[in-house]
This record gives sequence, structure tokens and C-alpha cells, in this order.
Amino acid sequence: MYNFEFAKAKTIGDAVKALASDDAQALGGGQTLLPTMKQRLAAPTVLVSLNAIPEMIGVCVNDAGEVCIGGATTHAAVAREVAAHYPALAALASHIGDPAVRNRGTIGGSLANNDPSACYPAAVLGSGATVKTNARDIAADDYFLGMFTTALEQGEIITEVRFPVPHKANYQKFVQPASRFALVGVYVAQYAGGVRVAVTGAASDGVFRWAEAEAALSGDFAAGALDALAVPGNDMITDLHGSADYRAHLVKVMTKRAVAAAH
Amino acid sequence: MTKVTMTVNGKSVSGDVEGRTLLAEFLREGLRLTGTHIGCDTSQCGACVVHVNGNAIKSCTALAADLDGADVRTIEGMANADGSLSVIQQAFQDHHGLQCGFCTPGMVMSAAALLKENPKPSEAEIRTYLEGNICRCTGYHNIVKAIMAASGQDVSAIAAE
Repeated sequence: MYNFEFAKAKTIGDAVKALASDDAQALGGGQTLLPTMKQRLAAPTVLVSLNAIPEMIGVCVNDAGEVCIGGATTHAAVAREVAAHYPALAALASHIGDPAVRNRGTIGGSLANNDPSACYPAAVLGSGATVKTNARDIAADDYFLGMFTTALEQGEIITEVRFPVPHKANYQKFVQPASRFALVGVYVAQYAGGVRVAVTGAASDGVFRWAEAEAALSGDFAAGALDALAVPGNDMITDLHGSADYRAHLVKVMTKRAVAAAH
Repeated sequence: MTKVTMTVNGKSVSGDVEGRTLLAEFLREGLRLTGTHIGCDTSQCGACVVHVNGNAIKSCTALAADLDGADVRTIEGMANADGSLSVIQQAFQDHHGLQCGFCTPGMVMSAAALLKENPKPSEAEIRTYLEGNICRCTGYHNIVKAIMAASGQDVSAIAAE
């Protein structure tokens, strides 16, 4: 990888200041960014580590009952510390990558990257979570703007993610066995206001909500409620691991499994 | 260049690193601790697994400068104080858990991390935990057996070596 100037921020304010130049890039756990830099697909001149900012690490529950996770919290910490508050989210975190990756990768890093096959975007969109940055609060529905594209501005940092806790939820991932990313992953969450269904790994625009399934499940939260529905293959990813039609088929299968397993 | 100071296998060490210096490179080239292997350099194979502040990580996918002040443990720090093999290392030898040995440092470090979290793992739990450690020789069977034996469990029921 090309060399860069390294800076380690101690506060959110420090990080924002260090990220002010155009070629500066924030570093979370680096589990995607460092391999990308090794391939020279990214070559920032300044890299600002967010891994030592205490106010961005940890899990709490706020007065509104939302589970709040600091942006620099690792997947392993989420798996451990969220289990008592929001088990479906903790279970999702406990199956990202492998144990060594989970000890380093962070929720903020994953969301800022918005890989079309990453797990966290499904949980955030499926829960209608709020992405809190140093500058503003962004609703999940406004945050994901397409493959590797988000509403974040240059130099904007995810400081926290707030998840409203559903009555029932579950995430089902059909694992692509070489990378352990989701070939298709579906997050289903039942709230008082209705059911949300978010799909990752399948569409070429990245994570999306399956509106027809949400409507059907809001009326009857049972796998059978999805029998008459089908996902069109048009906008799905085709690659050597699976065709668009195969992914479209898997979306329905994984949604039904998630509904059946939700608790 | 940035100066970094870490505790590596119980000893305080320091050195000058570039921003891009990986922890694996700092250990191997800076400290000459070449037991940590770089297999794929893409964070898939796990030959470079070390413990940082008690957690297993892939040292090819972490920057040395980002780990200033960390407590690092490598395969060189796994043997007993008298130089004899640790329980896990001995079990790998006893159960033929290695052939060429290239993946073994990472396997041992991952096994130690697993047994700290889960002192009596099932065979399935071991296999799941090792999904980020690739071995091209053994077919994994004897590695799993060695880890079960190291956890004090009976391995006689597991298929022949």
C-alpha cells in the first residue's frame, strides 16, 4: 500500500479537524479499508484512526429504550453487550466474518463503507435505526444511497447508531462460503407500527426494503403470508456465486426463514 | 515515521514505523518475531493471528501505529516459562495437528482465544471458530482433535488419525 500520514484522534472534535483535508480518510477497524489500500483501490494521504475515541465505544440503552452503539464499537463487543437488549442484532454481529475480524471491525466502519453484501446495513434499515454523526441524525431510510454510497458527507463521522427494539426480529444469512459475506441476508423486525423487511447481498443498489413483504407480514406475521409474493430478478446481482434469479429466489426463502425464527 | 511502544510477550518494545506498517510487519521485520506468518496478506487465511489486549486479531490487517500502547501476544509467547510447550502446542504435536506447519501459529493463537472464551467447546464450535484459519494440509480433522484434547476432553470417539 502507498504510505500516508497517520493520525489517531482522541476526541470526535480532533477527528473532525484531522479529516478536514480532501484526501483524508477515516479508519475504523480497517477490515475492509486496509485490504482495499493494499490493492491500491484507495490511497488516502492522511488516515485518521477512530479507534481510541472513548465516547464512540460501547453500548447503552437510552431513555427512549433505544439500544445505542458507539460507532467505533467492534462486532465482537456488540455480540456480547447487546445480547440482553436486542438479541437478533447481537446474533447478526456474532456471525460477521470470523472471530478475528469481529474483534477489529466496527459498526461505524461497516455502515460508512455500505458494502452491498454486508450484514449491518440490513439490521439498520430493518430496524429503522438512526445513524448519528458528528453533524446530524440520519434516518436509516435516508442513509443508504446505493452500492458503497451513503448520505455521509466528506469528513463526516458515524459517532453512534440508535436502534429501536422490536417485539420480534431475526436475521437469516445465506453465507457465501469463501468470503462469509451474505450471498443474501434478510432482516425482519416486527414493531407496533408494522413490520420492516430489509434485504442485503441481493440487489445491485445494495440494501433495500421489500415493501410487499412488509405489507403482507404487517397483516399476518407468518411465513405463509409470503406464499403469493415473488421478488423480480431485474435489479439483482449476478456473479459467479449466483445468478440474479437465484438471489431473487433466496430473498423469499430467507425472509420466510427469518419470520419463522423471529422471537 | 512514528514511534510506537507496545508490550509484546510481556516485554516493553518500541520502534519507528511508517503509517502503513502492518502489525505483522512490525513483529516480523522490526522485532524479528518471525513465528507470526503472513500467508495471504488479505485477512482470509489466519496465519498471522496474534492476541491484542487479549483478543485474537489478524495482524496483517491492523496498523502498528494504531496499536501504540497495546499488549500483544504472539506464538513466541505461548510456551511455558521453562521453554516446554504449552498444553495447546503439545496437543497439536501429540495429535498430528500440523503437517507443513505454516498455518500452525495462527491456529494455536485462535485455539487459545477460543478456549479462553469457551473452555469445553464441542467439535462443531471448534470448526465454526476456526473459519478464519485456513489449513491446506491436514483437512482440519487433527487440528480439531488437538484443540478438544487441549481442553481436557476425551477424543477417543473422534475418527482415527
